[in-house]
Parts: sequence; C-alpha cells; structure tokens
Amino acid sequence: MSARLHVDRTRCAGRGACTELLPEILDRDPWGYPLAVDGAREPEVPAELEKHARRAVSNCPVLALRLHSNGG
Amino acid sequence: MTGVLDPKRQLLGGGPLLSSAFPDLATHQRRLGPVPWQGGPARLIGAVETSGLTGRGGAAFPTWRKLATVILGDRPVVVANAAEGEPASAKDRTLLLHGPHLVLDGLQLAAEAVGAATAYLYVAAGPAADSARRAIAERAERAGWDRLPVTVVVAPDTFIAGEESAVVAAIEGRPARPKDRTVLVSERGVRGRPTLVQNVETLAQLALLARHGPAWFRQRGTHTEPGTFLATVAGSVAAPGVYEVPHGIPFGSLVGRAGGPVGTPSAVLVGGYHGRWLPFAAELPISAPGAGVVAVLSTADCGLVETARIAGYLAGQSARQCGPCLNGLPRLAETLRRLAHGDGRPELVARVHRLTALTDGRGACRHPDGTVRMVRSALHVFAEEVDRHLAGRCGAVPCGAVPCGAAREGIR
Repeated sequence: MSARLHVDRTRCAGRGACTELLPEILDRDPWGYPLAVDGAREPEVPAELEKHARRAVSNCPVLALRLHSNGG
Repeated sequence: MTGVLDPKRQLLGGGPLLSSAFPDLATHQRRLGPVPWQGGPARLIGAVETSGLTGRGGAAFPTWRKLATVILGDRPVVVANAAEGEPASAKDRTLLLHGPHLVLDGLQLAAEAVGAATAYLYVAAGPAADSARRAIAERAERAGWDRLPVTVVVAPDTFIAGEESAVVAAIEGRPARPKDRTVLVSERGVRGRPTLVQNVETLAQLALLARHGPAWFRQRGTHTEPGTFLATVAGSVAAPGVYEVPHGIPFGSLVGRAGGPVGTPSAVLVGGYHGRWLPFAAELPISAPGAGVVAVLSTADCGLVETARIAGYLAGQSARQCGPCLNGLPRLAETLRRLAHGDGRPELVARVHRLTALTDGRGACRHPDGTVRMVRSALHVFAEEVDRHLAGRCGAVPCGAVPCGAAREGIR
C-alpha cells in the first residue's frame, strides 16, 4: 500500500531535513522549502520509500510532516 | 427584468434577490412572510440539490453537498460569511445593508437543514454590520421568528479573512489566518464541531429558494449555472455598483446595466483579484464569475500595470505563514512591477513563469493558487502588451510609453 506525504506549510520552516532524507520525492525550492518532485500537493510515497518517509516525518524539527495511507 | 419597484431598487439591479431585500422586519414580513420552516433537518437539502445552487463566496461549491456533509455530525455550527475581503467586491455588504432579513432567514433555514445548535454572522465592521445587528435585534424582539440566536463576530479587514479555516479561527477568538487542514471544516470546524460556512448571498438565495422552490430558481440563469448572482461591476463603466443578473448574461449586457462603458473596453477581470483576465467580448456569456466581480479595463488602462498593482496587493495580504507564499508572492509582484514599468529585460517573463510554478499549490490555503491564476491569465491576455513593454512602449491610449502614464488606479 502506498501513502501520501503531507507538509503543513504553516509549520514548515525550510530546515531541509526531509529533502535530504527523501531526495526521490522532495526537492528544495530556492528558499529551502520542500518542493514535490512530482508537483503534487501531497506527493505519493511508494512502498519501498515508506521507511525513509517515516524517518523524515520523525526527524522534522518543527513536526510539519505527516504520512497518510492512501484512501485513509 | 425588473418589476414594479422604487427607483433605488432599479439602481440596485432589481432581480429576485434584490427586489426581495428590505431593511426592516415589518416590510420583510409583509412582502415575504415568515421564515418558511421546513419541519425538520434534511428536508431542504433535496430542493437545494435540484436547484443547483452553488456557493457565492467564490468557490462555487454545490451548496447541498456541504449541507449533506455537515448534517452527519454532532451539533453542527452554521456561519454566515460576509467577510468580503476582496477589495473589488461590494455585493455582500450591499446585500446586508439592503436585505439583512433575507440573509438571516437563510441562516435560520440552513441551521434547520443541518440540525445546527449554534449560529454566527461573520462580518466586517461598517454599515453592513450595523444593519445586520439592527436586524438581529428586531428579530429577537419578535417572539418565535428565529429559532436559533445569532452571534455576530467581526471579521478583520484582510483579503484572506473569509477563507473557511480563517473564519473558524476568528470565531474561536484566534487571528483570522488559514490553517493547515487535512480535515474539512464541514467535518471539523468551530471547536471541533462540523461547521457550515456559507457566503451571505448563498444564504439569501436559500431563503428565496425555500419559499419558491427549485423550479422557480432554475427559471433564471443557464442549465449548468442556474439562478441569478450579485455582480459587482467595477472599473471603466459609467455606473459601477452591484447588479443582480442571471448567470450566462453577456458581458456587454452587464456593462450596459452598469451604465455602459467609459471608453472602449479591452479586457475584464472576472472573479476578482483571484479571478482571471479575459479579452473583452460583448457577446460572450459570463460563466464561473466566482464571487461576482467583473472589473472592466478600457484601452486607456494598461493591463500589465493593473496586474502588477493587484499582485502587489495580494503579496502584501499573505498571512506570512507558508514559505512559498511568503517568499514567492513578493518576488512575483516585484517582477511584474518591473515588467509593467519598463525594465525591458526579456528574462522577466521567464522569471514570472518560474515564480508562478514555485508558488502554485504550495500554501495551506488557496491564496498563492488564486494569485497565480490571475497572473497567468494576465500573461496570456496581455501577451502583446508584454512584448510592447519589453520594447519600451505601452499600448494604453494615450499613454504610449513606459514608465507607464496609465499607472492610475484603473480598477477598484
């Protein structure tokens, strides 16, 4: 089962931890904020990257990331 | 189109909504009768679905669907939204000033339809709020008129104050800023309760719909966009103001209602600052007017200057919460300003495209998206103007040169 990554933009301070842990999914914009590589509002996280995504969620210093399972 | 009405109403437009608008309860009761209670929750929802009524705050979301979501929750909250942060819009204020009882009837009916326990009116300070307070007091004195007391909450004078999650925040006593949401306000809003936030025009339409039925409602407008809407006509027209017109009315007819054009219309901004520019075409039917703003630009105005001015305003109205909006919009506005005022570097256009891509869809609310939509439509509609400006000229008559003499306040 795949999941989606949600960024709370009101919390995100552009520290960049997630973009380092999930380069396949998140790029950095010119100001340091995560930019979904696929352009989606909530980018898809394929099953094989889910472990990395969870790590990104727990390593976000401002707790701006959440992982939703699709359809949930 | 208008019936036997006093001249003031004719000026206002005189469709079914505005011709049913009376500031005092006695006249309202004499002309429209009491609140047409439906006898319990859910009963109105089918009629609303058949009518095709959509939200008049800008998003045009089907009203019945919101009702049907909110009714499922525990002790819902209903909110009449008259924040009207859009600078080009005046219709919500006008409606509350002239017909507060229509709005308040609609609020009571919406509350009945979803089984609400609490009702609010969220309105910017000013004559409209005063009118609404007077109307609420009048109704409170009339035993049995209202079933739910209405609490007035003052909306701050900001562009985003009317965004649903900002409305919820303001009612909860916090700053009226949008919130990151993974759950809809209609599922969890004010103090965690399911919350119906409806624009005041939507509620007034609901009050008439409950009296006359969906078939009556569909007599006006088009099949896909039934009913009338309140248009705020601004810019280069002889009589700017609020007019009630059917959906699908041609732009030329609406401009005619607003006293005719001043000069030669060249473009229109439809839907307000988050709307889209279109080349002016008199025969083109108006569709998807958002919150109803139609701002007319004439050949004496420069579309790029106007776009840069609006983008500058919108950049200043960012809630400054989300990085891409906070960083992207001011840069976007500055790039447009340089383009409009004659910094003829061709890379400015590519920069606008890059900045719109970097901000689109990257905020908690739709403020960046709406701004981007307006800017992209400008680059499309004013493409020739962009080329002229890059070559150091301006198409506005009698401007002709950049820095642009047409930098006056064209659209308000």
